[in-house]
Amino acid sequence: MLSALLTLSGLGLIAAAGLAVASRVFYVDVDPRIGTITEILPGANCGACGFPGCGGLAKAIVEGGAQVEYCTVVDKQAAIAVADVMGAIYTESEKDYAIIHCDFPAGGVSEKFKYLGVNDCRAANLISGGPKLCSFACIGLGTCKDVCPFDAITMTDEGLPVVNMERCTACGNCVEACPKNIIDLAPKSRVVHVQCSSKDKGGAVKKICTVGCISCMACEKVCPYEAIKIIDNIAQIDYDKCRSCGICVTKCPTVSIVNRRDHDLVAEISDKCNGCTLCARACPVNAITGEPKEMHKVDSDSCIGCGICVDQCKRGAVILKKVEKQAAVAKVRVVG
Amino acid sequence: MSKLLLLIISAVLVNNFVLARFLGICPFLGVSKKTETAIGMGMAVIFVMSIASLVTWILQEYVLMPYNIEYLQTIVFILVIASLVQLVEMIIQKVSPVLYQALGIFLPLITTNCAVLGVAVLSIQKGYGFWEAVIFGIGAAIGFALALVLFAGIRERLDLADVPKPLRGTAIALITAGLLSLAFMGFSGLVK
Repeated sequence: MLSALLTLSGLGLIAAAGLAVASRVFYVDVDPRIGTITEILPGANCGACGFPGCGGLAKAIVEGGAQVEYCTVVDKQAAIAVADVMGAIYTESEKDYAIIHCDFPAGGVSEKFKYLGVNDCRAANLISGGPKLCSFACIGLGTCKDVCPFDAITMTDEGLPVVNMERCTACGNCVEACPKNIIDLAPKSRVVHVQCSSKDKGGAVKKICTVGCISCMACEKVCPYEAIKIIDNIAQIDYDKCRSCGICVTKCPTVSIVNRRDHDLVAEISDKCNGCTLCARACPVNAITGEPKEMHKVDSDSCIGCGICVDQCKRGAVILKKVEKQAAVAKVRVVG
Repeated sequence: MSKLLLLIISAVLVNNFVLARFLGICPFLGVSKKTETAIGMGMAVIFVMSIASLVTWILQEYVLMPYNIEYLQTIVFILVIASLVQLVEMIIQKVSPVLYQALGIFLPLITTNCAVLGVAVLSIQKGYGFWEAVIFGIGAAIGFALALVLFAGIRERLDLADVPKPLRGTAIALITAGLLSLAFMGFSGLVK
């Protein structure tokens, strides 16, 4: 009895003392900021940031290479607090989201063969590039949906993935998983996208898809910011230069460029206008009219809300106003 | 020498801790979703099990037996293994940050792994000598790591397979574990 008591408590004491000594001897200096930031972070250890728990993200922030925005849960207040700890100034950085560059028309693209294999795009792609006639088209087996950790991707009945902009955190899993490489990331403020990835020549595209890019160069010519270029027979938008003005959308003959904005913008000229004519000359769709030295007017029907006039006006007389999207004006896709 | 070799083979294949003795099932199912993490866990288990079997044997022989308090075996072993893992973790963090990174969260997780306690208790029950106990510990750990990595590999492939809906996830994992266990049963008779 006594020996048992003594042995066990003795062992316990030895272990405790050993650990106490070891924690001093083998003490590892850790940056105190890591602890502070860990406390500021939500503490849910959800792993959405890609690091093992909040502590992992805190460590990565302190050691560089990670931003507090990696955390999808953190609010602005906490982000500012983290910036304070790091001695940085908080600037709201823009979040990206995933764009799927394929939007085949209703009814889909014709198939080369019936695919009955493993229900995964990557597997299907191994068999002569998948079952779709267009070798650049979305295979539609939903691998991107399966790898999305945030349930941000849903599949339509026609087998096209749709990204939920609110839920997407731009983690890039789908970009990596897509065997056709038709997904990439764009800033959330950019709403004009090319919905085709085909590098085939115009004629070949036209035969198999009604909404494919036929590299007609119309968008490249019309873009006032030189943001859109035809490279390898496909229109590609440089999101750094693009201002989402949407002129290319109006010019595209196959409707392979779309504007995802949920409202329309219309320019409005206030009485600050002194009639300098700068805006009227800059307008790509000639929606602004007016005599020199007199107040100009915007024809709201032809205005596409590109905002070029706003940049041109030196007196701040032109502003963009949000208006309800006019469904009737939007081009309706011809299903064929 | 050949006896020790047989001991290893028996611990790794014939009496595999997970697939034949059904010890340490929790991490076997828990950390077998990716081969990468399975290897990390396997390494950590090999590390801890070897040291645990060594220390517990010494304790049994020089503390518990002389004082006739073998009935305290379980509680003493748990105490020792837990504090040992803590100590090892501290030392590794100081001495080799790279190894600490590689083992990561798995090291503290093993503290309460029943396979670790199992190897300590079993080697005492079987009346192994010092070296036999240590070799048995290492062999058992290698067997655990082998089973874990094999299982993780199969589960990675399963992700791509067309599994019937009701069986997806844990259900098919359990069936797979059962089949893997059956396969390992085939080794019985290899060592008497």
